[in-house]
Amino acid sequence: MAVEPGEPKGRQGAAGSALATSVEVEGVRREFGSFVALDGVSLAIRPGEFLTLLGPSGCGKTTLLRILAGLDVADAGKVRIDGQDVGEIPAHRRPVNTVFQSYALFPHMSVRDNVAFGLKMKKVPAAEVVRRVDRMLDLVQIATFADRKPAQLSGGQKQRVALARALINEPKVLLLDEPLGALDSKLRKELQVELLALQRRLGITFIFVTHDQEEALVMSDRIAVMRAGRIEQLGDAEEIYERPRTRFVSQFLGTCNLIEGKATRREGLAVLVETPFGELRVEGHGAPATPTPDSPRETLTLAIRPEKVRMSPAGEEGENRVPVTVRELIYIGSETHYLLDAPGGAILTAYAMNARVGSQGFDLGKAATAVLPPAGLLVLDD
Amino acid sequence: MAKKGAKPGLEIRFGERLTPARQAVRSALTSGPGILWVTVFLLVPLLAVIAMSFLTRGSYGEIGLPLTFENYTRLAGFGAFGFDPLYPLVILRSLVLAAGTTLVCLLAGFPLAYFIVRLPPRGKQIALTLVVIPFWTNLLIRTYAWQILLGPESLAAKVASALGLAEAGRPLYPSLGAVYLGMLAAYLPFLVLPLYSSFEKLDWSIAEAAMDLGADAPRVLRHAILPQVLPGMIAGMILVFIPAVGQFVIPDLLGGARTVLLGNAIQQQFGASRDWPFGAAIAFVGMAIVMLGLSFYARTAGKDSEEALL
Repeated sequence: MAVEPGEPKGRQGAAGSALATSVEVEGVRREFGSFVALDGVSLAIRPGEFLTLLGPSGCGKTTLLRILAGLDVADAGKVRIDGQDVGEIPAHRRPVNTVFQSYALFPHMSVRDNVAFGLKMKKVPAAEVVRRVDRMLDLVQIATFADRKPAQLSGGQKQRVALARALINEPKVLLLDEPLGALDSKLRKELQVELLALQRRLGITFIFVTHDQEEALVMSDRIAVMRAGRIEQLGDAEEIYERPRTRFVSQFLGTCNLIEGKATRREGLAVLVETPFGELRVEGHGAPATPTPDSPRETLTLAIRPEKVRMSPAGEEGENRVPVTVRELIYIGSETHYLLDAPGGAILTAYAMNARVGSQGFDLGKAATAVLPPAGLLVLDD
Repeated sequence: MAKKGAKPGLEIRFGERLTPARQAVRSALTSGPGILWVTVFLLVPLLAVIAMSFLTRGSYGEIGLPLTFENYTRLAGFGAFGFDPLYPLVILRSLVLAAGTTLVCLLAGFPLAYFIVRLPPRGKQIALTLVVIPFWTNLLIRTYAWQILLGPESLAAKVASALGLAEAGRPLYPSLGAVYLGMLAAYLPFLVLPLYSSFEKLDWSIAEAAMDLGADAPRVLRHAILPQVLPGMIAGMILVFIPAVGQFVIPDLLGGARTVLLGNAIQQQFGASRDWPFGAAIAFVGMAIVMLGLSFYARTAGKDSEEALL
């Protein structure tokens, strides 16, 4: 996952300039007619950070990227890059570069001319252009295609050219709009690793737009999950996955069981919640809306990831045990995915490691017990 | 294509292998009418014109032998009374008029095509219809209409005199400006329509990429937009240039002073002067110049123009 193991992701960028921000977005709003693309987005990005904007299409992530690039203008709000308000600075004078979704390579220019374009626009001396282009072509391993036209390149090669063409300008921030979206999954994974290594090596702030949750988890220092023009949750991969704050975040990243209930009382840090499965003890973190004893009967949504659900033999008694029937099971080797009929017509999903030798003992149509560990249950905000 | 081992019962309809005889029938049926059309209406008349240009005009305008190059030497300026650059000038004047018209149409048509393509879909339809509407009227009538629009009592004339650009109570034609205005009105659609279709296909993300990489507006135009619309632009320029070379009605009606151009020179030879062989020579030379220009473009500029722009 991490390219340079040992160092936890996210620390490198922040080190050195702990207080500085690379990009600061403040209350940015953008409307297209009656459609609100961005509804007051605020975001602070650290220098050298790999930040991913993750969300379904239409959530505003590309619009935000275009506003950062200067290709679109916010109706309200401020954008600062390296502390400088860029509201009045046109796209061609901003210290950012973009890798476009469709690559947008100049079709009539060779690979070399595509990569050299930014430097030529800046009137860099010809000898230096040649030197820097050669170095960049080597860096992204496209030197052998230098004289080809974009039409003669494969998707992966075009992607490298687009990356080289942007990076050669040594931008303060690189914006990437679903750059791997058009590639097949194998190439995609390879390029993810390369892109990360490159980012670590160059120390440039990357803002990466994707709708692929796995890609977001693999690549990012932090992820901003967007929905309907707002940032729903911002945090590192583990935080977003383990402690989603809303239904949307819990469902958009991976699979999540949602259980409706009413809080009855608390016991120390734990909350007891009345649900169709009986009373559940909830100890998970990331539950800021945890009810107080003063308002004990608040309606809540609980969330638990399928891999946190433990499968036990039928008839097991105890805390947070739910009697279930195996409705469907998908055996995928190292683990088995269970779809369980739970009380009240609910369906629970459980992913269990196939740790036992031989049969796991939970067969189709048979009764079992699902254990929902208190620490694995979260209270969502909505 | 039918595979060699294909079973006889399994007939492949598309691209089936035909016997030579059937192949011949099929080609004759498909391309025959086209070839016939081109032969009867283009090739034969063209050859007739070329052949005629080598014949001699008799005293009463009849055409006959002997074969001669005299029509061409006369056209080159070497007539019965020594060198006279009249006809070379006619050709040059026509080429200048056509080139000027192309330039004027380009200067007006490029922004217009760009403007239309940025309109909402309904606006595009209306704008394109407005571009085409003048074609519903005969060219001669349209040109006479310009005489009225530029006449002494016209709004344009009053505005021009108020601005001190023209004498009050005088028409704005005949003048060179009026000629180019008339040419522009007549030929603009030929340039706007192909250019518009190029703009319609334009990939704006490439323009954005250029902007993102530090190109200001003029350089975005030059490096990202122009290379993409160049084919449509050149097609439009050719469509304007070719008919403009032979145009003489507009210069006649709006330019006054009956300047001799290729078009009316040919008309005169075939008409009043009754010198068909000489008229044929003028027609053929005019056509040859245009053809040579185009083939020169196709060979060199066609390939390199995009790169030459960079």
